[in-house]
Amino acid sequence: MPVIRTQDKIKTLSSGEILRVICTDPGVKADIPTWCRINGHMVLEIEEKHQEIHVTIEVGNE
Amino acid sequence: MSKQRKAVSLISGGLDSMLATRAIQDQGIHVEGINFYTGFCVEGHTHALRRKDIDKEKRNNALWVAEQLGIKLHIIDVIEEYKEVLINPKHGYGQHLNPCLDCKIFMVNKAQAWAWMEENQFDFIITGEVIGQRPKSQRKATMPIIARESGADDRLLRPLCAKNLPPTLPEREGWVDREKLFKFGGRSRKPQMELAAKFGFTEYSQPAGGCCFLTDQSYSDKLGDLWRTRGSKNYDLDDIMLLKVGRHLRPKPHFKIIVSREEGENNYLSGYKNEYTTVNILSHKGPIALLDGDFSRESSEEDINLAASIVARFSQGRDEKEVKVQIRQKDGVERELMVTPLPQASVDPDWYV
Repeated sequence: MPVIRTQDKIKTLSSGEILRVICTDPGVKADIPTWCRINGHMVLEIEEKHQEIHVTIEVGNE
Repeated sequence: MSKQRKAVSLISGGLDSMLATRAIQDQGIHVEGINFYTGFCVEGHTHALRRKDIDKEKRNNALWVAEQLGIKLHIIDVIEEYKEVLINPKHGYGQHLNPCLDCKIFMVNKAQAWAWMEENQFDFIITGEVIGQRPKSQRKATMPIIARESGADDRLLRPLCAKNLPPTLPEREGWVDREKLFKFGGRSRKPQMELAAKFGFTEYSQPAGGCCFLTDQSYSDKLGDLWRTRGSKNYDLDDIMLLKVGRHLRPKPHFKIIVSREEGENNYLSGYKNEYTTVNILSHKGPIALLDGDFSRESSEEDINLAASIVARFSQGRDEKEVKVQIRQKDGVERELMVTPLPQASVDPDWYV
């Protein structure tokens, strides 16, 4: 689900905008970077804070 | 110059859709992947099981396959729409509660609706289906049913078994060369493995029974129990996620206990403390448990004591005379109980759902 929500949110953003995703699913550490690579976006940072994972993404040119 | 043709490929994360996609990419077609999130996908089940095998690589196979193929992957949330497929499958269930044929028709139909959208403009759909590969949905007789009932008709191409089927529009129009497609059939995986080697795929996923929890007997048993005890075939996302987590015991018809099996499940079940009464073991290391059922009866105190003694059975205090437990109601009211862990012999095997 975090990947789908990220995907759907990015559709509403423009190239260069920054999206911060906050989730608890540890799978996002692999899934969001993979999704970003295949769809032309860039993961700037992945941070673990307590039981949350914060992923910062720069929207690319889809 | 001829038009660049575009195909959308149903990517499950398994080998067959990976091979079918590569076969079409190799013919110069622009392919993008589509993957549907029903809530029953094994790869979608991340919270709980992923901590069980902490050393195991954690990945979504559909995303991984898309990256290997160098294609975009569009993931579509179909949780709500999928309910009708699962609850009332026109073509019935497979061995368990897997509505495989209806599921395939649904997914091809959804892929078609997405692919033909004005902003997408795809020309055809591809799947990794192979005649005879699966007893319910992948048979010679079901192939035309899927094409017809999905509405995709002859814009649905199955590259791995195309030569066993009548030519589709992409073949007749010359968008793809039928001679370069395949004639796979039957249960054997050998042709797929040989083709994988030819394409240079050394790593791929081949989950037994596909990538869906509904093909799993234990999971289907739990879903059947949920429907029976609720008196209706309905569910929400939390219901179907919880069926994947912990031991499920039903000591009485009107309540069930979900007992975590490890730390990851403890964390996961803790997230439901405002939706369910929870049992925590205070005096020893032990699991967290959710109580799912009717606790407004006169017998509720007795039921909660029974549940607590069952949960204590799974703690490190199982051989003690008494174990201290915390009962937390979903409204946040907490209390403590001393209970005697239920002896192993008193745990009725029929309680396990």
